[in-house]
Amino acid sequence: MKVLLSWLREFAPDIDGDPVELGETLSGLGLAVEEMTVVGKPVDGVVLAKVLDLSPHPNADKIQLVQVDAGDGQGQQVCCGAFNMAVGDLIPFATIGTVMPNGMEIGQREMRGEMSNGMCCSAEELGMGADADGIHIVTDLVGDAALGTPISQALGVEEDILWDLEVNANRPDAMSVAGVARDLAAALGVPFAFPEYEVPETGDPLDGLASVEIVDPTLCGRFVARVMRNVTVGTSPAWLANRITALGMRPINSVVDISNYVMLELGQPNHTYDLAKVPDGHIRVRRATDGETITTLDDTERTLMAPDGVIANKNDEAIGIAGVMGGASTEISETTTDVLVEMAWWDPPSISRAVKRLNLPSEASVRFRRGADYGENIDRALRRFAQLMAESGATLAPGVIDEGGDLPDRTPIQVRPEKINGILGTKLDASEMAGHLSSIGFGIENRGDELNVVVPTWRWDTQTETDVAEEVARMHGYEKIERTVPKGTEAGGLTDYQKTRRVVREILVGAGCDEIQPMPFLAPGDLASAGFAEDGVTLANPLVAEESVLRTTLLPGHLKTVAYNQSYRSAGVSLFEIGHIYLPALDGELLPDEREVLGISLADRDATHAVALLDVLERELRLPNVQLRDATPPGLHPTRSAGVFIAGQHRGEVGEVDPVVAEAMGVEGRVGWLSLDLEAILNGPHGKRSYKRVSKFPSSDIDLAFVVPDDVPAASVAATISKSAGKLLASSSLFDTYRGEHVDDGSRSLAYRLRLQADDRTLTDEEVGEVRTKIIDAVAKNNGGVLRG
Amino acid sequence: MTNTPFDPESLQAILSDAQARAAAASDVASLGALKGELLGKKSTLNGLKKQLGGLEPDQRKAVGQQMNETKSAIEAVLAEREAELSATERASQLEAERLDLTELRDEIKRGHYHLITQSRDRLEDVFVGMGFQVAEGPEVETAWYNFEALNIPDWHPARGSFDTIFVNLGEEEEVMLRSHTSPVQIRTMENQEPPIYIIAPGRTFRSDVADATHLPAFNQIEGLVIDKGITMGDLSGTIDAFVKAFFGHEVKTRLRPSYFPFTEPSAEFDISRADGSWLELGGCGMVHPNVLRNCGIDPEEWQGFAFGFGIDRLAVMRYELDDIRELVNNDVRFLGQF
Repeated sequence: MKVLLSWLREFAPDIDGDPVELGETLSGLGLAVEEMTVVGKPVDGVVLAKVLDLSPHPNADKIQLVQVDAGDGQGQQVCCGAFNMAVGDLIPFATIGTVMPNGMEIGQREMRGEMSNGMCCSAEELGMGADADGIHIVTDLVGDAALGTPISQALGVEEDILWDLEVNANRPDAMSVAGVARDLAAALGVPFAFPEYEVPETGDPLDGLASVEIVDPTLCGRFVARVMRNVTVGTSPAWLANRITALGMRPINSVVDISNYVMLELGQPNHTYDLAKVPDGHIRVRRATDGETITTLDDTERTLMAPDGVIANKNDEAIGIAGVMGGASTEISETTTDVLVEMAWWDPPSISRAVKRLNLPSEASVRFRRGADYGENIDRALRRFAQLMAESGATLAPGVIDEGGDLPDRTPIQVRPEKINGILGTKLDASEMAGHLSSIGFGIENRGDELNVVVPTWRWDTQTETDVAEEVARMHGYEKIERTVPKGTEAGGLTDYQKTRRVVREILVGAGCDEIQPMPFLAPGDLASAGFAEDGVTLANPLVAEESVLRTTLLPGHLKTVAYNQSYRSAGVSLFEIGHIYLPALDGELLPDEREVLGISLADRDATHAVALLDVLERELRLPNVQLRDATPPGLHPTRSAGVFIAGQHRGEVGEVDPVVAEAMGVEGRVGWLSLDLEAILNGPHGKRSYKRVSKFPSSDIDLAFVVPDDVPAASVAATISKSAGKLLASSSLFDTYRGEHVDDGSRSLAYRLRLQADDRTLTDEEVGEVRTKIIDAVAKNNGGVLRG
Repeated sequence: MTNTPFDPESLQAILSDAQARAAAASDVASLGALKGELLGKKSTLNGLKKQLGGLEPDQRKAVGQQMNETKSAIEAVLAEREAELSATERASQLEAERLDLTELRDEIKRGHYHLITQSRDRLEDVFVGMGFQVAEGPEVETAWYNFEALNIPDWHPARGSFDTIFVNLGEEEEVMLRSHTSPVQIRTMENQEPPIYIIAPGRTFRSDVADATHLPAFNQIEGLVIDKGITMGDLSGTIDAFVKAFFGHEVKTRLRPSYFPFTEPSAEFDISRADGSWLELGGCGMVHPNVLRNCGIDPEEWQGFAFGFGIDRLAVMRYELDDIRELVNNDVRFLGQF
């Protein structure tokens, strides 16, 4: 919402002071200043000019040639990028040498072979307002200013302060100049009052001209109307055009401009009908029927649904969508002479739903949705409208239509001052609270320990004691509330899961992996390219197709990241990610089966490096009984991958990315891969640490190499060794694998270094020999392994 | 027994010989062998000792002393030469081992925590120190958790402002990517009796096209306190304490009235910049009684506050990032900077 200082002063003449400080006061009231500008500063060199001729530019489509008379009676050619002018229009014209408010100096220029001798200006370029979309067409002059008169003089524009305020959804009142003035006046402690408006009625009474029937009282709380006759649709006076221009609206014609002016000033949206096009002047207010159609003001045919509000004529044909947009059939035109103006109060949820469903936001509906004033402001706005119309030459038919439906409950709210203090942490007494509330129009009755608070009609959102607490806090000043800290005695901390998740990150960072956090969106087909089922949950309203599927695996995101890095010649990246995947919902569940998982990708590394990282995690997290089992996990190399089982449960995959998948995702070279269901693992057994005495006795190392068939996993040989060696085995490691000469085809040699040690004695050669024999026999029996000579 | 007369000149010859041979020794090992020859049992000096017995007692004493002096002199010569030789040997060994330490060979590569993790961990640590626990929740949510329980009915104008990304599950607009971390408030209050002191960091989503300042997936942190007698003064004080711990003690905070359907009163909170201007950091307020009731908590017994702000923005501010998309591009040249 934009407001002008001069306009605020029409309601509170004593508003005064440094504009920056006034802006701070507005922000402190919850009307945050997004921008403050000085508008209407005269710009030397910009004069009133007239459009003499318009013609296409011979060499360009997006600019045209304009002949303007800037007061010397001669045409000057200008190249102009706007097309909203007509021959005869009066416009602001920046002559050569003018320095515009943005610092640009106007010079004589050649544009695509045609000379341009100045610039036609928009309101925004002149610092008169926010409209930057076209040249400002002058509709009214002060006195009879001649061409060549400085434009600010010709328009009677005066320097003013314009604030652009962020108005929250709970402040329908602040969507108007008067509402902002009320708040600001209260904060400054200066008087606030509405002016009186003259309404001279003449001619035939309203009764025979128009009537309104509210069919659905839940839709329309109030419908107030007047009829204006002998209306001439012309241009607005300069002062009115200047003001709506400053607030960012473009002057259209005298009737539309008054309609907008009243809405901006008093916050009451309104709608005008060409009375001649409303049979018998009769209007019915009802809900739509499903499938009912209407052509709206923007010449679009729209199909309505039952909850939408409709204004219908006596033949029950829709002539407007209540509170949202008027119909084309009753639109004001140049031939209009009799106008019916509607001021209504619509049920906010009904308007909200219709706006959303029809996707038709507007300045009017944004006010109705928040709950416009349903009290005397409607009558006031109608009087203001009538007065401005009368000033423009219309006559006002005597009388007012005032039909009522269901209005909000105005039962006073019981407010306990100690509860308010309890919420705010203040020590205000009841009279201080009453003072704050009445300063912004709340009605107060003191009732012993309680306040009876009557919420003003312009604060539809305020309905409870807590809402009242906010008003007290706002007027008291949030910054005056003393700062304290909660006195709770709870101990803070991370859960075991959260702590261990940090440890996982630490391990992987220590192991040289960079942490990545790609967005969890995939393009359609990514899952299939990565070898997975294309069963990711899809977005209902994606902005781009590339981000329209939720991942069911981290793999495609990693491969895209590897490819991205390779495209910048960062080869051999080691990456890890802890993030959510979204698997199809389990039976009976609405939400996806969402899990936090770990993914590790190792570019230019093979499966063994991925296994080495699994080993590190196994050791450092004390994962129990980690086994690699034969599997063909999706997306992974069929002969270089395995399923990871922890404590007997399938918890992940390890190996290498299938070359076909890598190629499909644009990745070069091998990629080692490890994925683990982190949530399941860390919520399962892990981290069990216990003390085992460190032996002080000498150890004996023995090396054993076995020729073992290729189809026997080394892990099972290691398991045999471990089991058969018993508790004297301190450690065992596979230090060499050999295929080739002296080893049969289909087999390989696995060489283990075993360290034997007891914690209470030095082992004798006999003991060592005994263990050695046991191991050799067991490997032969269990794994078909033959000791190499 | 024949007495060979003792020739004192012979001692001088022995010493001279020892000096010459020690000087000629080329390394510590040959010097060791020389030591055996000059001072060992079969040495000339040792042979002369046997003649001492044939001397007169008074002469014997004097000659014995001369012989000991000669022996000491030889030992000194050898020791000096050994020191010389071992210094030379050490020098040539060291020279042979000379390394150019700038020829880096085995690079020890450590990885890097993602910038968001770093920011999030720092935030968590500050709040944990203030007595908060860390709560988490799903990223795909129902309308109940994302909106309705938070006092945002379907017609509410605020719903539109969330630019929600919906997913094709359930009824139309029933399931969505959470547009804020506030659903975690509801889930926590449903599952835990007050008092509650939690923060909820996590990923959130808005229907925005990615550009230099927007991402459709970003990170927020939410705080929730529910206890007896919690006031807006506590909210203001908690935010101030956090900001001072996180940004520094010189940074000031202020609250301005604002509006969120799930808090009443509501506020925006600003932090001061070095130049004295204010920067809007996040939103906060006293938990709306309807929200408490929706979670089965009696608003007459319990009160609380909530606050929230963006994590990505903190990272952007801290490192003056000029393109927020780097946070999701995961270029190792970017990741390695932090």
